[in-house]
Amino acid sequence: MSAGTHAVEVAGVSRVFDTKKGPVVALDDVDLTVAAGEFVSLIGPSGCGKSTLLRLIADLDQPTSGTIAVRGKGPRQARLDREYGIAFQQAGLLPWRTVAANIELPLQVHGVAKGARRARAAELLELIGLTDFADHHPDQLSGGMQQRVAIARALAESPKLLLMDEPFGALDEITRERMQNELVRIAAETGAAVVFVTHSIPEAVFLSDRVVVMSPRPGRITGVVDCQLGSSSSRTDAVRDEAGFFHAVAAVREHLHGTAPVAVRGVETR
Amino acid sequence: MTSTAAVGAAQAAETRFRLSGAGSHAVLAPIGLGVVLLGAWEFGVRLFDIDPFVVPAPAAIAGEVLENLPTICSGSVVTGRNALAGLLIGAVVGVLAALVSSASRVLDQMAAPVVAALSVVPIVALAPVLYTMFGAAADTARILVAALSVVVPVYLNTLRGLRQVLPVHRDLMRAYAARPAWVASTVTLPTAVPFVFTGLRIASSLAVISALIAEYFGGPIGGLGKSITSAAAGSDYALAWAYVFGSIVLGLTFYVATLAAELWFTRHRATT
Ligand SMILES: Nc1ncnc2c1ncn2[C@@H]1O[C@H](COP(=O)(O)OP(=O)(O)OP(=O)(O)O)[C@@H](O)[C@H]1O
Ligand SMILES: [Mg+2]
Repeated sequence: MSAGTHAVEVAGVSRVFDTKKGPVVALDDVDLTVAAGEFVSLIGPSGCGKSTLLRLIADLDQPTSGTIAVRGKGPRQARLDREYGIAFQQAGLLPWRTVAANIELPLQVHGVAKGARRARAAELLELIGLTDFADHHPDQLSGGMQQRVAIARALAESPKLLLMDEPFGALDEITRERMQNELVRIAAETGAAVVFVTHSIPEAVFLSDRVVVMSPRPGRITGVVDCQLGSSSSRTDAVRDEAGFFHAVAAVREHLHGTAPVAVRGVETR
Repeated sequence: MTSTAAVGAAQAAETRFRLSGAGSHAVLAPIGLGVVLLGAWEFGVRLFDIDPFVVPAPAAIAGEVLENLPTICSGSVVTGRNALAGLLIGAVVGVLAALVSSASRVLDQMAAPVVAALSVVPIVALAPVLYTMFGAAADTARILVAALSVVVPVYLNTLRGLRQVLPVHRDLMRAYAARPAWVASTVTLPTAVPFVFTGLRIASSLAVISALIAEYFGGPIGGLGKSITSAAAGSDYALAWAYVFGSIVLGLTFYVATLAAELWFTRHRATT
């Protein structure tokens, strides 16, 4: 696979925030490559720079040093070319717009004709199972439903890259697992690469092809765990009970708590 | 009495808005209090044989209200028209000024002391000056007084509203590479709308009060303010109070109308 087809390439990226109390190193010399169609989760304790890394990829912020390529372009160009869809921990729907109008928002900003917008919104409503709520307003939806709308909005322009910052963070466990199943299905159906930030080890393991473990002060990647849990189509709730799942969970936990055997660490630590 | 009724109206509307079960209670309690107060007033006036120039009995005022209903109504229309014109002009000026200030930090900083000064000036005190500027035969001075008193609360609330855009919405618009004009019309202005209407609700009472008091200082006859002064000057105290009652109803009408508008425009804002 040539470099140009990678969804994301982060090379030697650092981000230092100048604060009143002096510089804060949010990210220090981070390297990360996400292949096209690959699902990668970022996990680590609060403040280790997960959101910062995602914002750099999305060109919502600029690195202090290092380079980033998004689908073979600079992050700014990628943003202007609408190469990615994005969802945050807060659904961030516009409360004065209906559910359908919220999903249409990115299409409307980019001048897609009304008919085409309608059709795409209907398609996505079907995908997230909220067709009956097209004309409702966000305040009439539960938190989980709002989050599904936010994900539909992120998918509106059929991006080949999805950036998600703890999109299920505010959901209860039951809704959360259902949303995870849906996300695996959606990612498989659309063939999009996903960079997914989470605090939950099982969530990261269940969703991802690879889990990237980070540590704070300064924010660094301390390990990468491959989760071979089968193709996305076969990854159902049953996977959550398999041995491979628990092995991967244990591996991520070891990296997070720094109790990994030295040999393994030597291989996977940067 | 005005404030009790106003609070009651606000509670009633809010309760309806939230569809809470305590609706009838919230409406009945203030009405009950009003009835009790009116009864005590009537009883007190009769018991102590209070002269009408001190305070007339509610029954006497009610009689005058019924007898003079057409003039009270026409007076309300005259004063209400001035107040409404002032409210609309002041609202437009206030919103436009807030838009300019929110776009330019320099202008905002320049405007801040002026606005602070304006907010403590008793605007009606300008009425006599404005009458000499625009002539005492026209309603212009009254409309201007009402407009001036409206500008400040609308300006301040709108400006606050324009700064309420959520970081997540700002990030989203940046991710979409949306043009500034698009961001303004799609996110910034809709975010500010509830604040504009809060400003309007606060300003609505000010507009009525200002338009009414401005009549005390001159100008054409026909409005409620002029009627109150002439009835009082003619020692017709119950009639003067009847016009005061008309003013209260007018003020409440403005308040409830703007409150209803506010509730309508914020009906989906309960959660984000
Ligand atoms: N705009 C900013 N200005 C100053 N410091 C910042 C800024 N944004 C982030 N930081 C700092 O950078 C570090 C990483 O923040 P970041 O939000 O990326 O963490 P995170 O891994 O997403 O944490 P969480 O899991 O709590 O969301 C933190 O120490 C934070 O205080
Ligand atoms: Mg974060």
